[in-house]
Amino acid sequence: MTDDTIIEAVGLEKRFGGAARSFFGKPTVVRAVDGVSFRVARGETFAIVGESGCGKSTLARLLLRLIEPSAGDVIYAGRSVTAASPSELRALRREMQIIFQDPYSSLNPRMTVGQLIAEPIALHGVARGAAVRERVAEMLRLVGLLPEHAERYPHEFSGGQRQRIGIARALASGPKLVIGDEPVSALDVSIRAQVINLLEDLKARLGLTLILVAHDLAVIRHTADRVAVMYLGEIVELAPTDGLYDTPMHPYTRALMQAIPVPRPPVEGQARTKPLLEGDPPSPANPPSGCRFHTRCPHARPRCRTERPALRSVRPGQSAACHFAEEIAAAETAAIALPPASDALRRRLALFAAAQAAPSRATSAKEAPR
Amino acid sequence: MTDAQTAAPTADAAVRAAEALPPRRNRVLAKLLANRMALIGGGIVLTFVLLAVFAPLIAPYDPIKTNFLAIRRPPSELYWLGTDELGRDILSRLLHGARASLAAGVFSVFISVAIGVPVGLIAGWAGGWVDAIISRITDALLACPFLILAIAFAAVLGPSLTNAMIAIGLSAVPIFVRLARGQVIAVRNEDFVEGARAVGLPGPVILARHVAPNVLPPILVQATLTIAEAIIAEASLSFLGLGQQPPSPSWGSMLNAAKNFLDQAPWMSLFPGIAICLVVLGFNLLGDGLRDALDPKEN
Repeated sequence: MTDDTIIEAVGLEKRFGGAARSFFGKPTVVRAVDGVSFRVARGETFAIVGESGCGKSTLARLLLRLIEPSAGDVIYAGRSVTAASPSELRALRREMQIIFQDPYSSLNPRMTVGQLIAEPIALHGVARGAAVRERVAEMLRLVGLLPEHAERYPHEFSGGQRQRIGIARALASGPKLVIGDEPVSALDVSIRAQVINLLEDLKARLGLTLILVAHDLAVIRHTADRVAVMYLGEIVELAPTDGLYDTPMHPYTRALMQAIPVPRPPVEGQARTKPLLEGDPPSPANPPSGCRFHTRCPHARPRCRTERPALRSVRPGQSAACHFAEEIAAAETAAIALPPASDALRRRLALFAAAQAAPSRATSAKEAPR
Repeated sequence: MTDAQTAAPTADAAVRAAEALPPRRNRVLAKLLANRMALIGGGIVLTFVLLAVFAPLIAPYDPIKTNFLAIRRPPSELYWLGTDELGRDILSRLLHGARASLAAGVFSVFISVAIGVPVGLIAGWAGGWVDAIISRITDALLACPFLILAIAFAAVLGPSLTNAMIAIGLSAVPIFVRLARGQVIAVRNEDFVEGARAVGLPGPVILARHVAPNVLPPILVQATLTIAEAIIAEASLSFLGLGQQPPSPSWGSMLNAAKNFLDQAPWMSLFPGIAICLVVLGFNLLGDGLRDALDPKEN
């Protein structure tokens, strides 16, 4: 595992602010990322999830050193990113790239698509002279656009196409590690799957390592190998995807899981077994004492208010930062199971299964034009 | 679904390749030429420039020769635009005065843009104490009325048209510093600037290639407006004897002389006034057109 690590965060911290707002005011310090450590293996898809404002985008930017960490270090392929000189950093930029959330503001509106994609190619000397154009065309084809699109401006494209341009620009220098900062959350739902599939396809084809920042657990389930769940600047649970979805150990993760819309909602009268999380996360400028989740945790006990839980291994490969993780998980496993299906639903499901078993006309009709 | 379709090379791919867009510079020019208002503006400016250049050939009379037999004559076939209080032909003075006024407008704005925009870019980009120092100086200069500042500079530099242009240019610098700084701060936080850093571009390149072009449009508009102000400021300086030196004409000095005879000889003020209005309108239309032509989103 150690040899195979491509990037590692060691006690990363980012504090914003610190100067007094007014003459008499106390300085406000926002701990956006507060002591985060993890390792990502080469070729892995690592997901970082959490609510808005939990520091996941800040974490992504810290990994790339787009912002300077207040403490801690990032190790990329054995070298410290935090201590890198400007020239070393430029070399690192070729290896690690980012795909932004908003495809409408992440492309300079005054440059053509070709200029945008050619920029990293020329800067890092991936190609020179006429070969730059060829490489641009190659990148455009790679993401499913046409070489002719190089002459156009970003506003002439749809959101999904723009995100493809963003991906082409990120991949143009031939990076090993790509960080996606919510790469699909600004897109139409109908386009998301395409972009996610494209990313997965490119990952396999180019041998990339992906770090995906997301708040959409459904997207993560299909793509990620491991998931880190963040709450108020800390990682509260770190687990392989299957482990996380099957046996979430931290109460916060459990709450997130329950917030996923299910294809079979409980029938009327059979309300959800647990209420969803209520309220907003507390301000990271003034985080709660002890366990940061205790203000919203349905299982909070006095110890949670005073003692800050460390991220510890609770199951093989799975760590959680909760004093009572095992206890709560054991008590609730039954509760998280889906309620039994109603008679009506069972009948419909039987019909569906029958329709699927038979070679239906609708399916063959869809296949025909190919 | 559109995305999926574009992935496959199809017939309309060939069509799209055929109608591939012309190179960028031609596009800007083509869009400028397709914009009627910009053409009108450009036409007005060009006309005045040509009139100014060829003034000695076109002007029917000597612009500084006085004639006491023809004082304050209304427009007639002999003097198309009338004569002034010393019997000088207004048309001739207007044509010759165009040189001083256009020069005052264009050169002084050129000076203020050349100094103000880079300083503003640096202030907005660097932030911190660099920004604090530049901004405080700018605030101090903006606190003084534009004209007072220009008079002060002109008085220090000494009376001449060149010095008046420098004085006006320097006085307008803070306007551009502040405008450019504000625009940079707005653009600096856009994702694409962070993206440029993620690509590994050095700061100055990001500033020049990604920030500056997005900062330009409001500066262009402000520049055309400031040309108008500069022409009028030159008039005021001329009036105080700090600009164009009499008897050489400028539109401003003509207006200042005419204001004493508003009821006896309205033509003395009317025609220089119209000339100033037209030139300002021309520059504004041209500036608007240029701004739109440079914006790839406008079609």
